[in-house]
Amino acid sequence: MTEFGRRHLMQLVAASAALAGLSGCGPSETPEKMTPRVDQAPGETAGEASYVATAVVQEGFATGAILQHRMARPVKLEGNPDHPASLGAADAPMQGTVLDLYDPGRSAAVLSGGQIADWNRLALALAEKRRQWSKDGGTGLRILTGSISSPSLAAQLAALSQQYPAARWHSWEPLSRDNVAAGARLAFGKPVDALPQFDKADIVLGIESDAISAAPGHLAFARAFGARRRAAETGSGKMSRVYAIEATPTLLGAAADHRFALKPAEIELALRAIAAAVDAGPAEWRGSERPGWVDAVARDLAAHHGAALVHAGPEQSPAIHALACAINAALGAPLRHIEPVAADAPGLAELAAEMHDGKVETLLILGVNPAYDAPADLGFVEALKRVALSIELATHVDETAQLATFHVPALHMFEDWSDARAFDGTATILQPQIRPLVPGHSAPAMLALLAGTQDFSARDLVQDTWRQRVSGDFAAAWSGWLRKGVVDNTAAADAAVTLRRDFATALPKPAQTASALTVLLRPDPFLRDGAQANNGWLQELPRPFTRLTWDNAALIAPATAGRLGIASEELVDIARGGGKKVRLAAMVLPGQAEGVVTLSLGYGRRAIGAVGEGVGSDAGVLRVSTAPWQADDATLHATGQTYPLATTQQHQTMDGRDIVRTFSVDDLPKAAAAPERASLYPPYPKGDNAWGMAISLGSCIGCGACTAACQAENNIPVVGREQVMRGRAMHWIRVDRYWSDDVANPGARFQPVPCMHCEDAPCEVVCPVDATVHDTDGLNVMVYNRCVGTRFCANNCPYKVRRFNFFGYSGRDPRPAMSWNPDVTVRDRGVMEKCTYCIQRIRETKIAADRDNRPITDGEAKTACQQACPTEAIVFGDLNDAESAVRKRKASPLDYALLEELNTRPRTTYAAHVRNPNPEIKEG
Amino acid sequence: MVFVIGWVGPSTGWATRVGYPVNQPVPFSHQHHVGGLGLDCRFCHTTVETSATAGMPPTYTCMTCHSQLWTNADVLAPVRASLKTDQPIEWVRVNQLPDYVYFNHSIHIAKGIGCATCHGRIDQMPLTEKAASLRMSWCVDCHRDPRPNLRPHDAVFDMGWQRSKDTPSGDQLVAQYHIKGAAELTSCSVCHR
Repeated sequence: MTEFGRRHLMQLVAASAALAGLSGCGPSETPEKMTPRVDQAPGETAGEASYVATAVVQEGFATGAILQHRMARPVKLEGNPDHPASLGAADAPMQGTVLDLYDPGRSAAVLSGGQIADWNRLALALAEKRRQWSKDGGTGLRILTGSISSPSLAAQLAALSQQYPAARWHSWEPLSRDNVAAGARLAFGKPVDALPQFDKADIVLGIESDAISAAPGHLAFARAFGARRRAAETGSGKMSRVYAIEATPTLLGAAADHRFALKPAEIELALRAIAAAVDAGPAEWRGSERPGWVDAVARDLAAHHGAALVHAGPEQSPAIHALACAINAALGAPLRHIEPVAADAPGLAELAAEMHDGKVETLLILGVNPAYDAPADLGFVEALKRVALSIELATHVDETAQLATFHVPALHMFEDWSDARAFDGTATILQPQIRPLVPGHSAPAMLALLAGTQDFSARDLVQDTWRQRVSGDFAAAWSGWLRKGVVDNTAAADAAVTLRRDFATALPKPAQTASALTVLLRPDPFLRDGAQANNGWLQELPRPFTRLTWDNAALIAPATAGRLGIASEELVDIARGGGKKVRLAAMVLPGQAEGVVTLSLGYGRRAIGAVGEGVGSDAGVLRVSTAPWQADDATLHATGQTYPLATTQQHQTMDGRDIVRTFSVDDLPKAAAAPERASLYPPYPKGDNAWGMAISLGSCIGCGACTAACQAENNIPVVGREQVMRGRAMHWIRVDRYWSDDVANPGARFQPVPCMHCEDAPCEVVCPVDATVHDTDGLNVMVYNRCVGTRFCANNCPYKVRRFNFFGYSGRDPRPAMSWNPDVTVRDRGVMEKCTYCIQRIRETKIAADRDNRPITDGEAKTACQQACPTEAIVFGDLNDAESAVRKRKASPLDYALLEELNTRPRTTYAAHVRNPNPEIKEG
Repeated sequence: MVFVIGWVGPSTGWATRVGYPVNQPVPFSHQHHVGGLGLDCRFCHTTVETSATAGMPPTYTCMTCHSQLWTNADVLAPVRASLKTDQPIEWVRVNQLPDYVYFNHSIHIAKGIGCATCHGRIDQMPLTEKAASLRMSWCVDCHRDPRPNLRPHDAVFDMGWQRSKDTPSGDQLVAQYHIKGAAELTSCSVCHR
C-alpha cells in the first residue's frame, strides 16, 4: 500500500490548478547569457572558488585574511590560519570589510566644495605647490594619517621628509592606545607592546581588558584564552581562573570567574592595593578601606608566580597601565615585550594648534576623519578653515570631505597593493583582490603625488621596500609571501625591559574625584570609531551585552537608574561640564558600575551614506583631548521623552531554567548514559554521514563573529531598525545573553543558537507542503521553492531559530548582485529560512570526496560560524566518524541538549559553562 | 491504495523548449565540430570533470583554429570582434536551471553519466537545442534509479555509445562507482541549498 502523504495531496491540488488554466504557461523567461572570458585567467575555474591571501588593517594593525573568490570577485572573508593575529578566525568588523568593498555609498568622484571636480585641477594645484616646496623645504605642508604599521608607507613618509624637511607628519587614531604606551613609559621608561600569553596563564586579571575583544591580536589571544577555559571540558591541562575589575562590561569580564564592578577612580586604588600585596609597590598603597576580595585576588596572583598576568584596556589611565606593568614584573607574568609595532608621530593636538596659528598651508588627510572624531576642545573644524589647501582621501563623502578643499575617493584595502604589520610585528603584503570598483586613489599614491613621483605604482613601492630585506631570490620569496599571506621571519624580537627604580614615586597621585556621575566613552564593539558605520551587517549585529542594534544608548546600572529615576528607552541629555550635550536613549544594563554611564562612539555620523547617517548619537562630542575616554564632571538630564530601542532579546534571565548549564570546575557532572526515550516521530532513512555540532559555552566569549560570518556566507539580508523592533532580524545564528541570577552583580552567559537540526524536528511535522524535511545526513533542510509561507514551522520550533522573509529584504538591499554568495539561494519574500549547517559547504565537500571515491576527512567541511570563531567554541563534523572532533566533544559529561525535556534530540548540543571560582571569595 | 496522478502540466516541447534550436551570436555547429571534426567535448568545456559548471570556451580557444581557418568568414566576425575589443561573446544559454537548483557537472561525469544522456546527440545538432526537459521529475527519475543511464568511464564522452552485451550491468556500475541509494540521491539538499 502506498502512503497518501502531503506531497501527493499537493500534487493533486497542483494538477487541478494546472487543468483549470493552461494559459500563461510557456517559455516566457528571458534566456540567460553566458559570457566566457576572452582569455582564460590562470588559476580560475568557472563554478569553483579560489582563495587569495591578504590582510585586513584595523586601527593600523593587520589581521591575516583569506578571501574566497567567485569568478574573480571576492565574496567571503576567512581568517588566515597561517597568520599569527588570525589563526584562522575572523571577527565581525573583518567580515564586514567585504560588504564595505561593495558599498554603493562609496565615494566615486573627486569633490571640491561639494561639486564634482576635475582630478587635473587638484594635480595642477599640487604641481604648483611642489615648485614652492622645492624652494622652502615644504614649509606649511602637513600630512595627517591614522595609526600606521605599514613599512612601505613609513618608508615613503621618511623619503618625503628628506625631500621636504620642513613638512611634518602627524597621526590621529581616535581609538588610540596612547595610554598603554604612556603606562609603559612610566614603568619601564620606554614604550613597549606587551603581548599576554594566555596559554601559560593560570590566573588572569583583566582591568576592563579588551585582550579578547578588540586589542591588536585579540583573535589569537582569544584562541589561547578559550583553550584554557575549555581545559576542564576536554580534560587537557588546567583551567585558568579569571578575575575582572571594570566599570563597564567587557567580554573578558563576562568570561571571568569573579567580576568586580568598580567606578573608574576605585579601580586604580584596588590595583594599587594588589600591587602592594604582590610586592610591586610600597605598603602604604594597600590602603585601609579595601574590599576583602582584593587580598584574596592578590594572594592568588602571588601564588602563581610565572603563570599569572594582568591586562588593562587601552582606555585605562597611564597610571593603571604602569601598575599593571609593575604587577606583571613582580609576578614574572607570561608576557612578551616587543618594540612598538605602530610608527610614532606627533598627534592631532599639535597639528590643530599649528592650524589655528595659520602655520599650515597644505594639509593632506589620509583615511582619517577628524571633522567627525577630533576631540571637541581642539576646534578642528574651525582650524581646518584656516588651511588654504586641504585634501582628504576617504572611502566615503564624510564629515571631513564636506570641509576640505578637495575630497579624493579612496581605494578599499582590497583594491591596491600595500603592506601592514600584525600585533607581534609579523608583516603581510596586501594584494589587490579585485580591479577597483570606483576610480579611487590610495594613500601611497597621494604621497607620491606630493613627492612628484612619475608613473607611481603601489606594487613597485611595496616590492622596493621588501626587496632590500631579502637576500637571494626575491621573486620566489615574494610569491611565497603572497601565497601564505605572511612575510617570513618578520615577527618582532623580544625587547628587554626593567622596571624603573623610581617607578612608585614617579606614579602620579590618584585623582580624587567625587563626582556622582562618570561618563565613559568607549568604542562600539563593531563600528569601533565609526569608520564602518555605513555597513548594514555591523549596524544590525546585536551588541554582546545590550543585544542592541541600529543605535547607541546610555548604558546605566539598575541602581543608578533607580536613583536618577530613569527607565530604559527614556531620552536623556548628557553633557560634560558646560559643554556640548548628546541626547540618546537610556538603557539599564546590569554589570555597569554604580554611578557610571557608558556611551558608544562611532554613531551619529552626519555624513557617510544612506545606511549609517543619523544612526544613533555622536557621543564623541563629549571627548576632550586630555580625557578622551571619560568625563568625570558629566551631567545627565531626563527629557521626559522616550525613544524605542531595537533590541533582539526581550527576556533577559533564565528564570531558574537550565538553558545555560553552569558547573564549578570542582564539581563537574559524572558521565551518565542518556536514557533512550521513545518518540512518536516517524524515522527517516539514514545515509553515510550524520552531521552534528557541539558548542562549548565555557569558551564562547560572546563576540558575535559567528553571526557576522553566517550573515556573510549565507546571504542573510539586513532588515533595518524598524523590522528588528518587530522581531524580524534574520540572523540564522543568534547569540543569546542571559544574566545570571545574582542580582547585585550578575554575570553574563552567552549562548549561540543556530538551528538545532533535531532528529525529531517539530517544524517538519506541521509543514503542509513538505518544505522542511530531513535529508539522509540528518539535516533538517529547508526547501525554499516549496515554501508557501504559512510559518507553522516557526511557530512549532521550540528554539525559535526560524526566520521569515516578511518582505523582499534581499531584493531591496542596495548591495550589487555580484556581492552575494552564488552558492546560496537569495531568498525572496514569503519564504521561511534558517541555519542549514552551511549545506553548500557540506555539498561541496561531499561532491569532492565522492568524485574521488574517498571518505570525508574530519574538519574538511566547516561551517562559517565554526571557521570564524576565535575560541574554537563551535565544532562541526560527522557523528558517524568515531574519531571526529565533534564526536569527542559530545562525549563529554558536560554535553547537553537545549530543552532536552522536549525530546527533539537535537544534533546541536552544548558543553555546559564551567567556572573556576576562588573559594576564598564569595562576591563577584 | 495506489494513486496514479497523470501530470498534465505544460510539458510539451514548446513549453520546455526541447528540440527548439536557439539563435546564437555565432551559429556554432556542434554537428560540424564534434560530429564532423571529432573534437572531444573537453577541448572547449574544460572544467566539466572538475567543476560544477562545464565551462564555456574563452575566445582564445576559438581562435586556436580560427586564426588560421576561415579567417575572413562573416559568421566568425563576432569572434574576431571579441578578440579585438576584449569583450566576451555573449552566448545564449540553452540549458537553463532555476537559481535554486545547484547542478554539478563533475560528479555526474565521475559517476558515469554520459554527456548525451542529458544533452542529447550534440554531435548531430547544427544549432544547439535542449534535449531534455530538465524538469525536476526528469532529474529525479534518474536519481531514483540511475542504473539505466550509467556508462563505463571510457564511454562518458562518446556521443553514439550504445549498451552492448559486454557492458557491465547497471548494478555492477553502481557498485563500482559507489553510487548512493535513492533515499540519499533524492534528498532535497542534494540539489537545493
